[in-house]
Amino acid sequence: MAYTDEDFQIMDSIIKRYPRPRSAIMPLLHYVQSKAGYVTNEGIEVIAKVLELEAAEVTAVSTFYTQYKPTPVGEYHVGVCTNTLCAVMGGDAIFDSLKDHLGIGNDEVTADGKVSLEHIECNAACDYAPVVMANWEFYDNQTVESAKELVDSMRAGNPKPPTRGPNRLVTYKEASAVLAGLNDGLAHEGVQAGEPTLLGLKLSKEGK
Amino acid sequence: MTKLAPVLSAHWDEKDSFTLEGYKRHGGYTASAKALTMDPDAIIQLVKDSGLRGRGGAGFPTGMKWGFIPQGDNKDHYLVVNADESEPGTCKDTPLLMANPHVLIEGCIIACHAIRAKHAFIYIRGEVTHVVRRVNQAIQDAYAAGILGNGVDVVLHIGAGAYICGEETALLDSLEGFRGQPRLRPPFPAIAGLYARPTVVNNVESIASVPAIIKNGAEWYQSMGTEKSKGTTLYSLSGHVVNPGQFEAPLGITLREILDLAGGVRPGHTLKFWTPGGSSTPLFTDAHLDVPLDYEGVAAAGSMLGTKALQIFDETTCVVRAVLRWTEFYKHESCGKCTPCREGTWWLVQILRDLEAGKGTEADLAKLLDLCDNIMGRSFCALGDGATSPITSSIKYFRDEYIAHLTQGGCPFDPVASTLFAGAGA
Repeated sequence: MAYTDEDFQIMDSIIKRYPRPRSAIMPLLHYVQSKAGYVTNEGIEVIAKVLELEAAEVTAVSTFYTQYKPTPVGEYHVGVCTNTLCAVMGGDAIFDSLKDHLGIGNDEVTADGKVSLEHIECNAACDYAPVVMANWEFYDNQTVESAKELVDSMRAGNPKPPTRGPNRLVTYKEASAVLAGLNDGLAHEGVQAGEPTLLGLKLSKEGK
Repeated sequence: MTKLAPVLSAHWDEKDSFTLEGYKRHGGYTASAKALTMDPDAIIQLVKDSGLRGRGGAGFPTGMKWGFIPQGDNKDHYLVVNADESEPGTCKDTPLLMANPHVLIEGCIIACHAIRAKHAFIYIRGEVTHVVRRVNQAIQDAYAAGILGNGVDVVLHIGAGAYICGEETALLDSLEGFRGQPRLRPPFPAIAGLYARPTVVNNVESIASVPAIIKNGAEWYQSMGTEKSKGTTLYSLSGHVVNPGQFEAPLGITLREILDLAGGVRPGHTLKFWTPGGSSTPLFTDAHLDVPLDYEGVAAAGSMLGTKALQIFDETTCVVRAVLRWTEFYKHESCGKCTPCREGTWWLVQILRDLEAGKGTEADLAKLLDLCDNIMGRSFCALGDGATSPITSSIKYFRDEYIAHLTQGGCPFDPVASTLFAGAGA
């Protein structure tokens, strides 16, 4: 996949955010994922070139962070929280059932390339446990059944929207562009907060 | 009965709370306008006087941290906001930023003025796409409105899935474009932080608390909380409770009070163990329901206030399973720099896996504690220390349960019983 002049312009704008170019290495890796769906060797070379680093230096950073994928993930990358609290409350059961249902294991992709699966660590939504993430959007209060329906909707090409997120689930590549710091114009969509987030405020207004 | 006191969360129930318009409706950016007319040292003094302490876990006085930045040194200074919220159980900064990113930006402007910095970085974890959108949009809107760009620039930096980057020096290495591994201190970030320049690293909630302090004064903030733990804070209740959620209350509220507000532990069940501030803080039990949840109260009872992540587990939960899972997390997230943590967490997992499967011996408990002793305090950062907390505290309170795994040759608990959908066809 060739990187176009426009791609290089965007990468240049990412580098210019920082006082020192090397700081841009992480958003540039997200950007590479937005083009290729994972961190390709070509992407590593391109980053090394624009930052005037060795490819090995870029690889050393890329391999440290679990969100940078060395192999392609699905169009919809599903993460099931199996850290203690979510695991106990149903995350383990959800993850096991999704493996069965999709016929894939951890860090694997369905043959149609639609869905990949990963068990993830705490995603800062414990008051919505058990939590499932897709392309790092929130799917709160999941059950075995709702999680199966979610991945079925993805494979059918019509994924259910996140619980707290935009009106539609963007693809993994599109989400990676957001994580590179590019604005996709969807910030205004979705709720400002879910019910658990507002519980204390609501009780306070009731005089508690 | 302690009354809830929403300050940070006061307007989260308005649909457009995350927009510039929604924020300005309630006096947004008047505090930064006021602060910019004040002497920077006066702001630092005001924050010191307020008693605000770091909300990221350690509870270090925020104003004092700001005061450590050398002045008149002709160097660039930096503010770095730690939004890498990843401590298991912790879920306060993420909803805060989703509902009101502008309060953080306003706090950044004030803090930058106080420490004479022109540049703030917000380091947010990468696994929260929509929160990234909200913060990014808020920054762009603040620039468009001329709120940013006139002396203070804010850059959003997005992480990529490494718990260790919540540790402030690992965060700085990551922000400089390296693997996120902690640095040996001293020098502290206040002297040599980002790009070896004087740097303040503060948690989201700490910086977001500043605008209200500027607006309402130190005395107002001091009037809430306890003797040494002032103000309000977000308590995040999760787990086996009727209504989990965020409860903003004065420091010093108790779990008993919060559980009352939340409808209690789920019906038909009883509290078994809980974390006061995330998985790195030693476990508490039902004997600790009345511990004041402030920095001193929790420490006096043998744990840490941490991030005020109250994870509740009822009697259906196997404590060995819970602790093993946390330990697997620390093993996975150990950055590998320091030997005691890198090697120690692997050993801990191996032994705990055997114990959970009923394959160990009682001597393994002593070995676990010995390993913890050799991890604790022996690495550059506190990740390894945190890994020992659930182990040592669970052995202290639930030794019999470990033994039961050995005598029964396996886990005596049914994992289905602890799920939310137990009995619902799971």
